[in-house]
Amino acid sequence: MTLDKAKKGNRVTIVNLPPGKLKAQFIRLGISEGDSVLCSERLPGGTIVVKKNRQEIAIGYDLAKKIKIILE
Amino acid sequence: MKYDKPEYISSQEQLTYNHSTKTHRKKVVLVGNPNVGKSCVFNYMSGMYVDVSNYPGTTISINKSNYKDKEIYDTPGIYGVSSFNDEEKVAKEIILSADIILNVVNALHLERDLFLTLQLIDMGKKVSVLLNFSDELKKRKIKINTNLLSKLLGVEVIETAAVSKYGFDKIDYAIEKARTGNQQLELYPLLQQLIEKSIPQDEALLILEGDEDTAQKYNIKIDTHESREKIYISRRNRVNDIVDQVEYEDSKKGEIFSHLGRLSLNPKTGIPILAVMLFLVYLFIGDFISQRVVNFTENTLGKRYFEYNLKSFIADYSNCKITVDILNNNGEKINTKSFYFPEGMHKNYVLRNEFKNLSNSTNTETNFHFYNPVLRLLFGEFGIITMTTTYLLFLLLPLVIGFYFVMAFLEDSGYLPRLATMLDRTFNKIGLNGKAVIPIILGFGCITMANITTRLLGSEREKSIVTAILQFVIPCSAQLAVITVLLSGAGITPLLIYVSVIGTVLILLSTILNKLIPGESSPLLIDLPMMRFPRLSNVFKKTFYRSYGFMKEAGFWFFVGALGIGLMEITGLLTVWQNLLAPLTVYWLKLPKEAANAFVMGMVRRDFGAAGLFDLNLNAMQITVAIITITLFVPCIASFVVMLKERGWKEGLSIWIGTWISAFLIGGIIAQIIV
Repeated sequence: MTLDKAKKGNRVTIVNLPPGKLKAQFIRLGISEGDSVLCSERLPGGTIVVKKNRQEIAIGYDLAKKIKIILE
Repeated sequence: MKYDKPEYISSQEQLTYNHSTKTHRKKVVLVGNPNVGKSCVFNYMSGMYVDVSNYPGTTISINKSNYKDKEIYDTPGIYGVSSFNDEEKVAKEIILSADIILNVVNALHLERDLFLTLQLIDMGKKVSVLLNFSDELKKRKIKINTNLLSKLLGVEVIETAAVSKYGFDKIDYAIEKARTGNQQLELYPLLQQLIEKSIPQDEALLILEGDEDTAQKYNIKIDTHESREKIYISRRNRVNDIVDQVEYEDSKKGEIFSHLGRLSLNPKTGIPILAVMLFLVYLFIGDFISQRVVNFTENTLGKRYFEYNLKSFIADYSNCKITVDILNNNGEKINTKSFYFPEGMHKNYVLRNEFKNLSNSTNTETNFHFYNPVLRLLFGEFGIITMTTTYLLFLLLPLVIGFYFVMAFLEDSGYLPRLATMLDRTFNKIGLNGKAVIPIILGFGCITMANITTRLLGSEREKSIVTAILQFVIPCSAQLAVITVLLSGAGITPLLIYVSVIGTVLILLSTILNKLIPGESSPLLIDLPMMRFPRLSNVFKKTFYRSYGFMKEAGFWFFVGALGIGLMEITGLLTVWQNLLAPLTVYWLKLPKEAANAFVMGMVRRDFGAAGLFDLNLNAMQITVAIITITLFVPCIASFVVMLKERGWKEGLSIWIGTWISAFLIGGIIAQIIV
């Protein structure tokens, strides 16, 4: 499934990130493929906030649709 | 700021270099992620002397200062060294030229921040790490084994706390002990190939990581970004490994602010928080600064003291006519007295004294009219010296300071990225991402300032859309004040018509631009920093440097604008323009002929334009048409020139012409329907 379908409180493993610069940005921020993150907020409309340790990252809906995950 | 290319000189050359008048001073560069406290360290080290300047060819301002026998540089907050955006490009250039790097790290976000640290180490730079926020660690019962971290990284790690300046006394030690750390071994063979082509290691690494700018510099082709990904992933793994070894968490306490952060994300709680925040900002900027403070600085300091005395001095020696309007307590004109000095005031002391006595009494307004065109250009109503100085120093400066203060405060609190996140979906509908909310909110204060903040948007396309929205539909605080007064007298129907027309234009405009401008908007991907109460000293410093930078930049363009309007006034073009507009005003907009003056004046300053409508006897529907037209009408000169500078001539002029057309077209259509 993709990250936009994750619910608040779900712990998910990132399977696949969109390629190119975006992927590089994710890795810099601390998220790479294989990482386990917590979906700490899911806003109406689908913007997702994921949390890895104390780090929170907001991901727009369209971008979240491109991120493959599996529920843990 | 002059940026010197990295120097690689032999010891012999170094010796001669040192003997020349200009000694080679070591460059210490502060590097770190956004919001890690770099500026606090920089402020501490720089003491008083700071040199702020735009980085050549960009709009990013860089702070530079002296520290003992060294130069120190602050860089924009970055997550990695490369050329993803302007901030990174500037930071990259400065990092490449650095002798010593002080890497400021947020101890609470080791995982995020160490990525940059390892990259700097892999570049082969001499690095020391300042582990900032060490006081927060204790509060949150997190332990970091600093010695082990230092061993794993191979560089000094100094614990600091910017708030209490804890550890700042060890900065000298950190500079002295800066060294190349433990680099990633697998990179060596790859780096070696490039180093053999006499490319320095730092740049060689950037080429391996697919940095196009650096590759181009050495004429090396990079085909894919696979190698960057590989290096990034293995660096990420090293970071995770290090963090696992050095960090222990005892409890998850101490998250009151992060709770507030979460509340401001979700629309249910976030919108009320936004409303409260906007109200506070309005009280501060809309009421305190733009009414009370500006009233004093512009009218008393600017007009009553500066302009009056300067113009009187000129009038002493030149052919001029002076009118003094006598006002009643409500500020309405009840009488006017004219003084004529064909050879300047100093030739007629009797009349001069009479004039001085009258003009110095309260409730008067003095207007000087110089017959000499050059004097009029310099000191007249639109004088390059008089009007520009009053605008810049006494009107704009207080507003600019107010705005940058609020911006710095919000920025340091961590609220803005959360607001952008909350509104992301709404903005997606018009081809923008949530970050666009920041310039638009600022636009309700001052469009000129807002034009500049469009720089924080990710793509040119987004900058274009937001700039257009700002010029077309967002009324600035000065206009809002006049519009509110006019509307409050007109009743509820005009208010509803006004809001729905402006709202429709906003939606139509943004939808059309979204369809017309090619490309895609950048997706929202932002790091949400910790919510916290900002350090006021840091907020003040930021405000100061940014206001200074803005004034330096905008000042010149103001003079250009004033010169333009001044020339139009002298050559009579201004009157021609007013007359040209008159038929449009009378037959199409169904307003009195004099309303044309309000439009032309509105170009100089939008509130002048709107205020000109006070004097006309308009009915409720005419008021509605007039304020719709004024809102949609062209931006004031200040924001026009800043827009040209930000967006270029072609785009700036298209927007400008577009506002002319839309203001008269839409205003006219409404007039034909309701008046």
